[in-house]
Amino acid sequence: MEFIVLLKQVPDLAEELEIDADGTDLARDWLSYVTSEWDEYALEEALQLRDQAGGSVTCLALDTGSVDELLATCLARGADRVVKVGSFERQPASHVAAAAFAAALRDMPHHLVLTGVQAIDDLDGQVGPLVATLLDLPHVSVVTHIAVGPDGRTATVHQEYAGGVVAELEVDLPATLGVQTSRETPRYAPVSRVRQLMKTMEVGSVEVSADGGAGLVIEAMSVPEVSATAEMIAGSPDAIAERIAAILAERGIGKAAVR
Amino acid sequence: MQRELPVIKVDGVTELEHAVVEGVDISGHWNRMFTQRSITEYPTEAMDWITGLEGGESLRNCYQCGKCVPVCPVNHVGDYGPRKLNAKVIRGNRLIDDPDLWLCTTCGNCYRVCPKEVNPIQFMPAIREQAVLEGNIPDELSDVFRNLQRTGNPMGESPRKRADWIAGAGVEIPVISQLDRPVDVLWYVSDYTSYHPRGQDAARAMARVLTALGVDFAILGPEERSDGDSARLAGETGLFELLAEQNIKAFSRYEFKRLVVMDPHAYNAFRNRYPALGWEGEVLHYTQFLAPLVDGMRFLSRVELDVTYHDPCYLGRNNGEYDAPRRLLEAIPGIRLAEMPHNRANGYCCGGGGGGMWLDGTVAGHVSERLSERRVREAVATVGTDGTGVLSVACPYEPSRFEDAVKSTGNDGRLVVRDIIELLDQAMQPPAA
Amino acid sequence: MSDDILVLVEHRAGTVLDPTFELLGRARALAAETGGQAIAVVLGSGVDPLVATLGAADRVIAVDDPAFAEFSPSSYQAALVPIVRDRSPRLVLVANTGPGMDVASGLSAATGLALAAYATGVALEGGAPVVTCQLYAGKIDARVRFADGRGIATVVAGSFPVESGMAAGSPPVERLGPPATDGRIRFKALLAPEAGDVDITRETVLVSVGRGVGEQENLELVEELATALGGAVSVSRPLADAGWLPRSRQVGKSGLKVKPRLYLALGISGAPEHLEGMRGADLIIAVNTDPRAPIFSVAHYGAVADLLDVAQALTRRLAG
Ligand SMILES: Cc1cc2nc3c(=O)[nH]c(=O)nc-3n(C[C@H](O)[C@H](O)[C@H](O)COP(=O)(O)OP(=O)(O)OC[C@H]3O[C@@H](n4cnc5c(N)ncnc54)[C@H](O)[C@@H]3O)c2cc1C
Ligand code: SF4
Ligand code: SF4
Repeated sequence: MEFIVLLKQVPDLAEELEIDADGTDLARDWLSYVTSEWDEYALEEALQLRDQAGGSVTCLALDTGSVDELLATCLARGADRVVKVGSFERQPASHVAAAAFAAALRDMPHHLVLTGVQAIDDLDGQVGPLVATLLDLPHVSVVTHIAVGPDGRTATVHQEYAGGVVAELEVDLPATLGVQTSRETPRYAPVSRVRQLMKTMEVGSVEVSADGGAGLVIEAMSVPEVSATAEMIAGSPDAIAERIAAILAERGIGKAAVR
Repeated sequence: MQRELPVIKVDGVTELEHAVVEGVDISGHWNRMFTQRSITEYPTEAMDWITGLEGGESLRNCYQCGKCVPVCPVNHVGDYGPRKLNAKVIRGNRLIDDPDLWLCTTCGNCYRVCPKEVNPIQFMPAIREQAVLEGNIPDELSDVFRNLQRTGNPMGESPRKRADWIAGAGVEIPVISQLDRPVDVLWYVSDYTSYHPRGQDAARAMARVLTALGVDFAILGPEERSDGDSARLAGETGLFELLAEQNIKAFSRYEFKRLVVMDPHAYNAFRNRYPALGWEGEVLHYTQFLAPLVDGMRFLSRVELDVTYHDPCYLGRNNGEYDAPRRLLEAIPGIRLAEMPHNRANGYCCGGGGGGMWLDGTVAGHVSERLSERRVREAVATVGTDGTGVLSVACPYEPSRFEDAVKSTGNDGRLVVRDIIELLDQAMQPPAA
Repeated sequence: MSDDILVLVEHRAGTVLDPTFELLGRARALAAETGGQAIAVVLGSGVDPLVATLGAADRVIAVDDPAFAEFSPSSYQAALVPIVRDRSPRLVLVANTGPGMDVASGLSAATGLALAAYATGVALEGGAPVVTCQLYAGKIDARVRFADGRGIATVVAGSFPVESGMAAGSPPVERLGPPATDGRIRFKALLAPEAGDVDITRETVLVSVGRGVGEQENLELVEELATALGGAVSVSRPLADAGWLPRSRQVGKSGLKVKPRLYLALGISGAPEHLEGMRGADLIIAVNTDPRAPIFSVAHYGAVADLLDVAQALTRRLAG
């Protein structure tokens, strides 16, 4: 089985986000980047599946000039191969990313393509289903469980809905899946090993011509107002209860709202 | 029994043909002498593997005398000590997936008494590093490692906010990148002091004391990164080196005479580890820097409190500084200093060292109470009997650990926890109206 | 090309789900502005009972076929692509749920319509949709337009009132067939969550108690409140340490990270180790006797009061 994982970096939310002078993008000077959380789950699942079903795990990331550490981390966790795709100044829109990944995958054997179900900067949609459509593969989002069938031709997956309900779906392979969580916490990549791999690893690369865009015009970005301090409710316990009940009713929270 | 008597072998078993003791014939199967048990029946692979690791060598030297067991703080609340670890290893256990691997706080008390110089401060990180490489690592610890890697502090807070505590100190705190001149003291603030609310109290107190003393100082601000020493002791050497590179780069960018640190773990790293990584210079724990300056301190208030002092393992036992903190405490007018039974070289560990700070959940299942809780009981018995007790500390890990323990042992109202710098600051302020 | 607003109907076990009603209500208001129609697209098997609840739509497009008895991403997409191509609507609204994500991005790739994800607001300016999207886990809002004036938006649940899409009415139903299906993804079963102890990371309402609760017996009052709210009880570490509730209920650094819609913090001081586990909750209401408790710095609403008094009063209020 050839498992492919598509990964990207996103701004680290530990940093306070600010908007640039134009008001249409993040101020990127101070940003630091981390691997998108859900992509980490996708990688963990791929590694677990490979260890069960055999095969190999190949990790793909768009070459934005700063993905070596991400790729070394993939290897440190146990991926078999890492590949940089295309050449970009920075992480492009999902549609462009999907086109680049799809182009790379056309010449690469793949049975199961895993990626994070979403990323915090997916303004123009999630990459998984975009890639799937471009390659004419079936795709399932919000996957919480994956089992590859004994013949390696199908996978049984769980798609998660609200309230803990899941649907069990059977998918013909090859397919792409948007991973919501992995069976285990993504394994830790020891820094010692990552640092060593940064020096010695072999990174494949695929040239792709990626053009086009998201088809969106960003008019403005803004930091939503959040009051730093709580709005205090005064009065007797009954008055407080009354006010809390009203707040909950307003937001449709509580038993009455769980229909 | 006479040796020359004829010996026969029956079914591979050696016995006397005739055994007569004081006239009584005791010949028979029950006096069979079995062949000598040989130590080579033990699997040696585990011990060979550990002593083959850099730092693992001393574990083999243990001769099971047992001196370490009663002084090990973990043994007080559980079943532990290097002797027991050695016994496990000679039975073939590599400790890699044994919970025992994570219980040692590298407090060093066993090493102090061990006649064979068996040293967990060396072999624990060595074995843990292998566990980390094999992916055998408690989730709570790997979360902290990830934070350290990403943000340079164990909480995962924004590195840009590292100096946000400055607001509210009431004095000016220069950031060295904005000074554009050499300073006498580069003050390394450290993690918990920068981000934890109780640590920040200590940082602000320190800023006021330094200012009052007219010290020419500055901080690194957002350029500062964790010293990483506890990560190293918890097995992440690579992470320690990564953080050290970042700090050393920052240190080399500026001119300063000496480095003054709030955190004994940072002190240990800068003093004992950074030279090998390319940075050498004078490093002082803040108590060491301030102790010679007591005569110049102007105390405006009396601090009428019963105070005991907890020696941090990485200032006291592991780096030999017991006096400077006590000199500061003794200088504060009003303070009545009393020692706990475990003090100085025999100080009792708070449980936070060697990664213990981030292993509370893992450790909880193997001990009857936290070390911090035990230590707080000791402090209460020493100074907390009439409700005016202070447990004074000199390590930023401790306020959060001990204050939590004060609550969980039901000692609210009997004991408060204060960094020495907070007590100094209090005494240097005019009395509260 | 049309000025219609298309809404993909999401349904499960014979019921149209709330997010769809939210979208229908919004579509109706938007269609009134564009001069087009609010069109509900329902794919299912035996759809009449579903259609009967779609009174808020101006028109319903129904594909009724056993192949759509249950959700399948591939079949949905196969059927939807031609519908969207034919109608060329101004806007397609899809709920940002699992099935919604499956369908919307694929639809975008297949039809070339642009897509705006994580929408929390949709309006019209000069007849063209303007979408407010929530990025970076809610830390940034982006206002976007579609470059060619039409597109798809996936909308976060809770963005619009459900009631607005629940109007009575019997819109004309256009039945399509035979539908295109794609059987590469097959529905097998719907699995209900496991019974057993509570998974607090999945609860939408958590009544969380700390040491302020005082005695173990008092937990009963808290349990009653949680039941009245349809949620579960979680705790700060000291209570888990004491064994009053299992560790699986502990929120925080050494416990679990939770993100419920409501986190009601009762008698929790708000140590950073605790805040780490819950500050991402949508709505935090804190009750504490100490007006300076740090929990108030992350809470949206706070009350300085005895938690037992408030818990009892609120339970009474919800019951009555
Ligand atoms: C390494 C480490 C890891 C930790 N991990 C966690 C963790 O995962 N989760 C966690 O929760 N903690 C954790 N802690 C502990 C944490 O530091 C705090 O000690 C703990 O969260 C305090 O719990 P609490 O708020 O319930 O208790 P307290 O801090 O004692 O607060 C009780 C609060 O109740 C209020 N109160 C009292 N009576 C009433 C009343 N009648 N009505 C209303 N309010 C009242 C008080 O004003 C006070 O604010 C950790 C600590 C350490 C050192
Ligand atoms: S004190 Fe040293 S030699 Fe004695 S049992 Fe402990 S480790 Fe072994
Ligand atoms: S270093 Fe301290 S905790 Fe570790 S074994 Fe020795 S005495 Fe025990």
